[in-house]
Amino acid sequence: MTVTILKPENAAQAADAVRWALSAGEPLEILGSGSRRGLGRPVQAGHALDLSGLSGVVAYEPEELVLTALAGTPMDVIRALLAERGQHLAFEPPEGGTLGGLVASGLAGPRRISAGSARDHTLGIAGVSGRAEAYKGGGKVVKNVTGYDVPKLMAGSFGTLTALTEITVKVLPAPEDSATLLLFGLDDAAAVAMLDRALRSPYEVSGAAHLPAGIAVRSGLSAVSGAGGAVTLVRLEGFGPSVAARVTMLREELRADAVLGRDESLAVWREVRDGEWLGAGTESHLWKLSVPPSAGPSTVEAIRRTLDVEVFYDWGGGLAWLAAPPDSGAAIRAALSAGGHATLVRAPEPVRAATDVFQPLPGPLMALSRRVKESFDPQGILNPGRMYAGL
Amino acid sequence: MKMPVPDSGVIARRREIVEALRAIVPGEGVIVDENELRAYECDGLTAYRQLPMVAVLPSTVEQVSQVLKACKAMGVKVVPRGAGTSLSGGALPLADGVLLGMGKFKRILDIDYANRCVTVQPGVTNLGISNAVAHEGFYYAPDPSSQIACTIGGNIAENSGGVHCLKYGLTTNNVLGLEMVLMDGTILRLGGKHLDAGGYDLMGIVTGSEGLLGVVTEVTVRILKKPATARAVLLGFPSSEQGGDCVAAIIAAGIIPGGMEMMDRPAIHAAEAFVHAGYPLDVEALLIVELDGPAAEVDHLIDRVEAIARDKGACYARVSNSEEERLAFWAGRKAAFPAVGRISPDYYCMDGTIPRKALPLVLQRMQEMSDRCGLRVANVFHAGDGNLHPLILYDANKPGELEAAEAFGNDILRLCVEVGGVLTGEHGVGVEKRDLMTDQFDEADLRQQQRLKCAFDPDGLLNPGKVFPTLHRCAELGRLHVHQGELRFPDLPRF
Repeated sequence: MTVTILKPENAAQAADAVRWALSAGEPLEILGSGSRRGLGRPVQAGHALDLSGLSGVVAYEPEELVLTALAGTPMDVIRALLAERGQHLAFEPPEGGTLGGLVASGLAGPRRISAGSARDHTLGIAGVSGRAEAYKGGGKVVKNVTGYDVPKLMAGSFGTLTALTEITVKVLPAPEDSATLLLFGLDDAAAVAMLDRALRSPYEVSGAAHLPAGIAVRSGLSAVSGAGGAVTLVRLEGFGPSVAARVTMLREELRADAVLGRDESLAVWREVRDGEWLGAGTESHLWKLSVPPSAGPSTVEAIRRTLDVEVFYDWGGGLAWLAAPPDSGAAIRAALSAGGHATLVRAPEPVRAATDVFQPLPGPLMALSRRVKESFDPQGILNPGRMYAGL
Repeated sequence: MKMPVPDSGVIARRREIVEALRAIVPGEGVIVDENELRAYECDGLTAYRQLPMVAVLPSTVEQVSQVLKACKAMGVKVVPRGAGTSLSGGALPLADGVLLGMGKFKRILDIDYANRCVTVQPGVTNLGISNAVAHEGFYYAPDPSSQIACTIGGNIAENSGGVHCLKYGLTTNNVLGLEMVLMDGTILRLGGKHLDAGGYDLMGIVTGSEGLLGVVTEVTVRILKKPATARAVLLGFPSSEQGGDCVAAIIAAGIIPGGMEMMDRPAIHAAEAFVHAGYPLDVEALLIVELDGPAAEVDHLIDRVEAIARDKGACYARVSNSEEERLAFWAGRKAAFPAVGRISPDYYCMDGTIPRKALPLVLQRMQEMSDRCGLRVANVFHAGDGNLHPLILYDANKPGELEAAEAFGNDILRLCVEVGGVLTGEHGVGVEKRDLMTDQFDEADLRQQQRLKCAFDPDGLLNPGKVFPTLHRCAELGRLHVHQGELRFPDLPRF
């Protein structure tokens, strides 16, 4: 399909573009830098609304813990700006892309278990609905319950409700120090039990992952890849003296085999965050399963009865990254008996067009989701089909 | 404050409506006696009172579903209620409405340490959750000051906060799953013991929706391990500017305290006279900074906070050296509202959030307003997150004082918005701030929020008259106005 790109330079032009699309009955694919196009279902649209022209930090007030930026602002710019003041986005999102793309994709990294996700840090939004109306929601302060929490709904809505033009996020001090305890040779169930012990401790664990033997060897860190088997990771972050004290206590309590200092700790959690260990150079598809943490290993075991998969765990067992053969969706989802959901996060475009990339919803929930979509975008102009066919 | 005009046709059908409810909830679960209905005539915003047409107290989710379905079929409005501690009138009944009391949903359903979460019915109190897991060293983090009485269902409706929410988040950051019933009786489950939604984050929109979108019948929250240590520093400043600067400098140093509260001179004096916490009386601003976490961290940060405070001009500093002393520091702050109640027949508690840097300006303008209207004001302030609680002192028995206090309060909230803040940080809009919504939001902003309401409750029967200043019919809101034509920006780059 030939795609015409509309590239507004400001929010008013973005509204004009949506107004035109609405009157012409032309759906729009909403783009920032395009770096997250592989997430979700491909959008069938003759026009793209490229918001990368809406770029720039509008306000950054470190002492107020807020940053407001135009939605197309590159995340690299925001990261660098925050780093200058020792701050960061605490939910540890993957690198690259734009702020709008990040919020729309609702992404978060290993610190999800302690710091929350993109939704928890999105304080305010402005954007253009599928009715071509410019509106705003939320606020620009860290504590606000005025009206519905529209910014939360935007997080993870993949541009199907609103073309975001401006976003206010909560920013927090980045930890001064980081260390990671390593435990060697545990099977999945024993590892998740140990992660549970760590997470039940008062030591404020901010990362809890398990790499089975076949995955651990792929780490770029020799302390992990050379362990000769499975490696379980427990991260402690914060002020130097605090990290040192907690490392000593938790190492004793978990009988950890080794400790990674700051640089190695930062490096290994980047690997955990990005999950690139899995399925590279193969035909397999990559899935992320969010399940009750204690059910992680049993869910994977159930999947293994019918499928040949590679897996590693984050979020204390609550997130399973899974590389599976094509056409595994039904079998994977059938294994979610303890609750949770499975999302296909890497697969060729034709596959994503033909599969349920996101967890299919029960009838009443799907009906409500449809009504929510219609309340913002009755004609299906914005990213139609990106999350669910016909929505 | 105008509520929607009661529908006399509905009131005339009261007997029929009561019969329908009795067919669903037998026996004493349907209340019609005027004396018994008095218990529901107001919530924590006691200036507004209204007897409901009838109250119904279901005890199962099926009953909730059938009650809502029946009310929808009969075209009857429903006002949900938890413990009735709302400070914004969120549970104010309607003369032509059914009051849906959730007080019978009191069971703790599941305590799951392996997944670090607890599932409860909505009528369980906030503190009840923490108490249920305290023996294992866990607690539920959000701690609104009404936590002994307020229920988790109400906390979901209001997205309640508390003194620890800068570090640990509001209700919305601590909820994992909900079961809820829509106005048409549909029972939905959102989330669970896992993280994140499979589709849209509907839990995010329901939390803080003030009972306008659905009735919550089950809640799963995450629980945290209690911090190993907590210590507090009491800091006094010769001016609120210096107090505010100190807060900013603490945060700029990368420190997020478990609690950081500020009181102004009138609040300090009222609190000290009431509980004798040992507060200094010769300061303009008093700051309580609590550090919690591992002992090594707390000791390290206490020293840093003290150094920052000295640098920012603190004229008084005292560190708690025992648990008793820490609790004494807090006793005054926690008793601030009743303490102000002792020095005035009535007080009106406001709840705006401001960018913290605007504090000196806001306090100064507030004093000018106070001088103008002749009503005193005392301030307590969740300093870390900019959430201001001005307490306006008045006497309801003096003609016109309540109205003057309300007008003063409205002016304060407008000022909060003017300096870049919001109308409410944790108490909700309810009826109290409903008519100020247009000061914070444009018509388009409010229309879109109301369309969202239509997706959940197309007839507008659930808690109408709250949050939105003007009610529109969903058909009118849903109408799409398409402006025909060309791209109106010829300079728009197209490739």
